[in-house]
Amino acid sequence: MLELKKVSRLFGGLQALHQVDMRVPEGRIVGLIGPNGAGKTTLINNISGLDHPTSGTIHFEGREIHNLPPHRITGLGIARTYQNIRLFGEMTVLENLLISQHGRGRATVFDSLVFTPRFRAEERRLKNVALQLLERFQLGGMAHLLAGNLPYGDQRRLEMARALATGPKLLLLDEPTAGMNPIETEQLGQQILRLRDEQLTVLVIEHDMSLIHQVCDEIYVLNFGQIIAHGAPDVIKHNPQVIEAYLGQEEDTELESERERS
Amino acid sequence: MNITQQIVNAIWLGGVYSLFALGYALVFSVLGVLNLAHSAVFMWGAFIGLVAVTQLNVSVWAAIPLAMVVSGVISIVLDVLAFAPLRRRNAPRISQLISSIGAAILLVNIAQLIFGTQPQRFPLGSIPSDPLEGLPIRITPIQIIILLVAITLMAVLQYLVVRTRAGQAMRAVAFNQRVASLLGINSGNVFRMTFFLAGALAGAAGVLFGLAYNTITPFMGDSVALKGLTVIVLGGLGNIQGAVVGGFVVAALEVFSIAAGGSNYREAFVFTLLFLILLFRPQGLVGQAAETRA
Amino acid sequence: MDLLRSIGITEIVFQLMLVNAILGLSIYLTLYTGMFSLANAGFMAIGAYVGVVLTQNYDLPLWAALIGGMIAAGIVAVPIGLPVLRLRDIYLAIATIGFGEVVRILILNFDTLASSISGESVQLTRGALGITGIPKITETWQLLLFLVVTVYILVRLHRSRFGRAMAAIRQDEQAAATMGINVVYIKNTVFIFSAILAASAGVLKAHLTRTISPGDYGFDQVVNILAFAVLGGTSTWLGPIVGGFVLTALPEILREFKQYRGIVNGVILLVVIVYLPGGLVNINGWKRLWRRIRGQPSVIERIQQNTRSG
Ligand SMILES: Nc1ncnc2c1ncn2[C@@H]1O[C@H](COP(=O)(O)OP(=O)(O)O)[C@@H](O)[C@H]1O
Ligand SMILES: [Mg+2]
Repeated sequence: MLELKKVSRLFGGLQALHQVDMRVPEGRIVGLIGPNGAGKTTLINNISGLDHPTSGTIHFEGREIHNLPPHRITGLGIARTYQNIRLFGEMTVLENLLISQHGRGRATVFDSLVFTPRFRAEERRLKNVALQLLERFQLGGMAHLLAGNLPYGDQRRLEMARALATGPKLLLLDEPTAGMNPIETEQLGQQILRLRDEQLTVLVIEHDMSLIHQVCDEIYVLNFGQIIAHGAPDVIKHNPQVIEAYLGQEEDTELESERERS
Repeated sequence: MNITQQIVNAIWLGGVYSLFALGYALVFSVLGVLNLAHSAVFMWGAFIGLVAVTQLNVSVWAAIPLAMVVSGVISIVLDVLAFAPLRRRNAPRISQLISSIGAAILLVNIAQLIFGTQPQRFPLGSIPSDPLEGLPIRITPIQIIILLVAITLMAVLQYLVVRTRAGQAMRAVAFNQRVASLLGINSGNVFRMTFFLAGALAGAAGVLFGLAYNTITPFMGDSVALKGLTVIVLGGLGNIQGAVVGGFVVAALEVFSIAAGGSNYREAFVFTLLFLILLFRPQGLVGQAAETRA
Repeated sequence: MDLLRSIGITEIVFQLMLVNAILGLSIYLTLYTGMFSLANAGFMAIGAYVGVVLTQNYDLPLWAALIGGMIAAGIVAVPIGLPVLRLRDIYLAIATIGFGEVVRILILNFDTLASSISGESVQLTRGALGITGIPKITETWQLLLFLVVTVYILVRLHRSRFGRAMAAIRQDEQAAATMGINVVYIKNTVFIFSAILAASAGVLKAHLTRTISPGDYGFDQVVNILAFAVLGGTSTWLGPIVGGFVLTALPEILREFKQYRGIVNGVILLVVIVYLPGGLVNINGWKRLWRRIRGQPSVIERIQQNTRSG
């Protein structure tokens, strides 16, 4: 479904991605792990069109996407979440979910001006989708709260609900459980598994190995911008190169999230 | 009009523009904000120089440093009123731009109230104005003085920023305020010092500009304000050496477009250049692509 | 009415209040979408000059001039917006200031330029003195109608897909893009509509004040327009209208203090941006200010203090 061939990304002199080859088959949940600064977020940015590879190609359902702008890629059916939550904080939870259905609507400003039947039907439909997603992610009573005022765990789930509202075939999750407690993490794992039952394909970046084992069919390991291993979770766990990459890894999430914001 | 003459004109005008733009660039590089009240401080500098010469009967030589000190203080007050409160709140840079516009309006109107709107002049003979003799081109002593003062001040600033501890602190804050405060640098002091220096440079530029054109009004900052923007954009926003280069480029552009018969459009040339630079080289003429502080 | 007149709000002042409300809304559109564009005075000038030439040299009625001015500004906005809107905050502000100045200077020199190109004597914009003797044909009801229609469109816009996308772009452009929003399209469209609205105000105002000159559309004018939006606030469409009303009416009400007018404007702008960042029409801002006056830090400020000391 998604295929990366020799994708490289240079930032000045820094090789953030180097000749990455990767396949995400339809209907599977693929994990992407690697130490901080390995290039995982950069990879997701390149797939979602926020950033473009210096060289290499990315195909989605046989179509070349690495030069497309982000909204086109979303339109083709790729949605993403952000590692450092990026909700529309000044808007309500419901509005967040309406916005992310932008590409699924057809009504124009003119439709809104004169209240055409198309406009009313569409608004009802978008709202229904939103409300269903809220139920599903246990955000039921919060539709009219400001997204920026939600507790952290709820914001994380809203991120995922918002990505789903775009109507994707492939979902890219960038550390969806960062900052969650083990119980919340376990529940989120259940949500991810449910996505697969609904024929969604998922690429998930994760630090939490228990979640990886809970949901992933296969795993890629990225280190210094290069794929150093690929295989089933059990196999990867015992790969000496992977163990080495993870040793001596420093956690500095504060600096990392600051850098990503700038 | 011979070409040497044009070059001479471009050089002294460039000196004034550079001096003015240096303060703009300094504030942008340290605080990341655009201080649109800088031109109002420039205007105040000219008036203070004028008042010093006409009311206090001091010479122009004493009037320049006096105007610099007072302008520096005005500039600090500006920081306290218009920038510091927003900084404390972590307000967006755009808010600071707007508050600097408010401060500019305030400063210009106060000047209007005190000095009136009629153009005022330095008394005849405050500075020798007859062209130097025996040269193939027309140079007045004031032009030479302007250039010398401008170059001296630029050199002093360069020394301050590069060689002194205070300058190191400024550069540290400009690079990363949080890291600087971890190093024990009091960023509040650095900001005040930056505003003082910027104001002093604007004040000096104001007096020199006033001497050169010898019409001083509360609105004399307006044309320089927008031209100064072009200068610092050309140099790369916040790039101090770039501002100097930019000042001479803009002056040259103006002088030569007048000489080419386009005096009415000379500002159109300047602003078109501004526009094009932003679109095609937002890092400025001399900057490197990666180093944008956007 | 008599009451209003007694405090200085004559009919012409009221008309100017309406015009300035429209101008405030024109910059509100772009600010609401997160674009700090200061091109509005330039587009206002284009509207004013095209409109006046249409009524004066071609004897067209006001409504035709209005449409003409709006179309002209809309057309100019396309090639300007496409490259310029790639720039952000301060860079966008500077570039659009540059645009405004180029427009002003071109209008200033239009006649000499056109004369030298065509070889005949052209007298259209009449240089620095501008065009005088324009008939005063804009009427209060027309302004009111125009403003009401504009507000209705804005209200419906905010309830549409397009309007939600505008707000999303303001808050996080990249996130908006990955939610399927065509950021470039929305930004450019909003920019064009902002230009059209500024141009309409230009046409209407020119036929109120009866004279126009390039100096009316310089940097000072953009600052005024910006002040309407900042004073009123840009969280709702009501803000710029209130801002336009207050800043137009206040100097008339305080006309005994005429010489302090500019000072008052400067102070208002400073005080609002420092103490009431959401503008006059923003309940949360007032609440925050009230808490500060009473000396209680708000929740957010308490958190900030804790994290700073901790
Ligand atoms: N926009 C950027 N400009 C320069 N360097 C970047 C940029 N984005 C990421 N990097 C660098 O690329 C490397 C990979 O970063 P990232 O993809 O965020 O890692 P991960 O998500 O695996 O922690 C890091 O060294 C980071 O500093
Ligand atoms: Mg990451």
